[in-house]
Amino acid sequence: MTKLNFNNIHKFSFDDLKILIDISSGSVHVIDQISWDFLEQLEICEGDWEEASSKLVDKYKNQELNEVVRELQGLITNKLLFTPDIKDTDYQPSSNPVVKALCLHIAHDCNLRCGYCFAGTGAFGGDRSLMTQEIGERAIDFLFNASQNRRHVEVDFFGGEPLLNFGVVKELVAYGNKKAKELNKVIKFTLTTNGVLLNKEVQEFLDENNMSVVLSLDGRKEVNDKMRPFVNGSGSYEIIKDKILQFVKNRRQEDYYVRGTFTRHNLDFAADVIHLAELGFKEISLEPVVADPTLDYAFKDEDLDYLKEQYEVLTHYYWQRYVKGQGFNFFHFNIDLGHGPCLPKRLSGCGAGHEYLAVSPQGDLYPCHQFVGKPEYKMGHVLTGIENKEVSKDFQNSHVLNKEECVNCWARYYCSGGCHANNLAFGGSLLKPYKIGCELQRKRLECAIFLQVKKHLISDNFTRY
Amino acid sequence: MEKQLHIRTINSQKLQKTLKTGGCGECQTSCQSACKTSCTVGNQVCKNN
Repeated sequence: MTKLNFNNIHKFSFDDLKILIDISSGSVHVIDQISWDFLEQLEICEGDWEEASSKLVDKYKNQELNEVVRELQGLITNKLLFTPDIKDTDYQPSSNPVVKALCLHIAHDCNLRCGYCFAGTGAFGGDRSLMTQEIGERAIDFLFNASQNRRHVEVDFFGGEPLLNFGVVKELVAYGNKKAKELNKVIKFTLTTNGVLLNKEVQEFLDENNMSVVLSLDGRKEVNDKMRPFVNGSGSYEIIKDKILQFVKNRRQEDYYVRGTFTRHNLDFAADVIHLAELGFKEISLEPVVADPTLDYAFKDEDLDYLKEQYEVLTHYYWQRYVKGQGFNFFHFNIDLGHGPCLPKRLSGCGAGHEYLAVSPQGDLYPCHQFVGKPEYKMGHVLTGIENKEVSKDFQNSHVLNKEECVNCWARYYCSGGCHANNLAFGGSLLKPYKIGCELQRKRLECAIFLQVKKHLISDNFTRY
Repeated sequence: MEKQLHIRTINSQKLQKTLKTGGCGECQTSCQSACKTSCTVGNQVCKNN
């Protein structure tokens, strides 16, 4: 039997379960204590099966140890354990990248002044400008052209606050739908909003056009209001909570996400997810802030243990609700063990800079929304296409197999090496992952995999929602 | 495989095979940052699978 590489498996325990992951195949197994102990010994004994057994003869019967050996070796034979990883030479990014999604910065202005806004309270370091219909239409033309033979394309209206430029949003949706029909393509629109300007007209438009909507709300009133005030400093919770609740109710809980950001000011963020769930939302996402470490709301290394505990608190709450038939989706706990993305997708990650680009109100192209306004990352313009192809190549080559700290991380094919912008901001390189982000990612994934395994193990005789 | 007494396999995925069979690119774009609903790749579903 070939030498076993323990970087190709990951095992962890959570509550009553011991879970073993074969990283390269994506297989997941539940193991008992004997198997757990045996694998520990096998690693210590550098893959010597007989020696590992001999170390455990005082603790377990020979017959049990033989059974474990037989089962583990059976999994290896069936390529479900210790499956060799692919080589970095096995994957080459496409020499002809296909753009399939655009983030349109339809408004570089905002009616809130969120403390953590990476866009500098909505202006992205520039003037508070709005995208014109003309630039928006040329951006959609660029997308259809750059998507080549790909059928599905996506446009996300982003800001700032996109509803400050709702008239242009409406025109562009009509234009995009018309062009998609002519070209026999499918275009999907998403709008990300803080909810302040939601009203009947907006709702009717978004519903009629089957648009996905991402609605921002941070959780408890005091938490939300501390970081998401209006221009005059007053809190936004009371206004947006009711508007967002009404919007979701009218939508019959379909095609939306309520999303928030948590910071060092609310390390007990599980309480905010619980608050959102108890308000009645069923599609929830709450994300750790990414911030300059000198800022008072940025996480510090010493926060990590507490933050990880919070994910455990949330896991237990999620499970209690699930078994009562009152489940909800917490975005980071969504994981489909059997039907997840293919390996090329897991390697290429978000596709920023080649599959996914952002467009400034003036029509300039950037690798993603986080880079808008940074001149060194300007890639071209919607009228002239991608001119700076080097940026695109740099992003394509910043895949997980090229990141030294990722290649031995068990989460490499779930996380894809993290966010390029975060990596650059913290590590100074697209290839250097952001440590706190990695730690939280791994914890979230263990929670998510644990929950999926629990769901698999119980009889599914009740309604999830 | 023979009956397993100590190990229960939840899914028998062969992810490495999709290096050749996958990559159609028709799936939804994912975002790894905190400012969007960061659709971490692992949270996605393949519609062709």
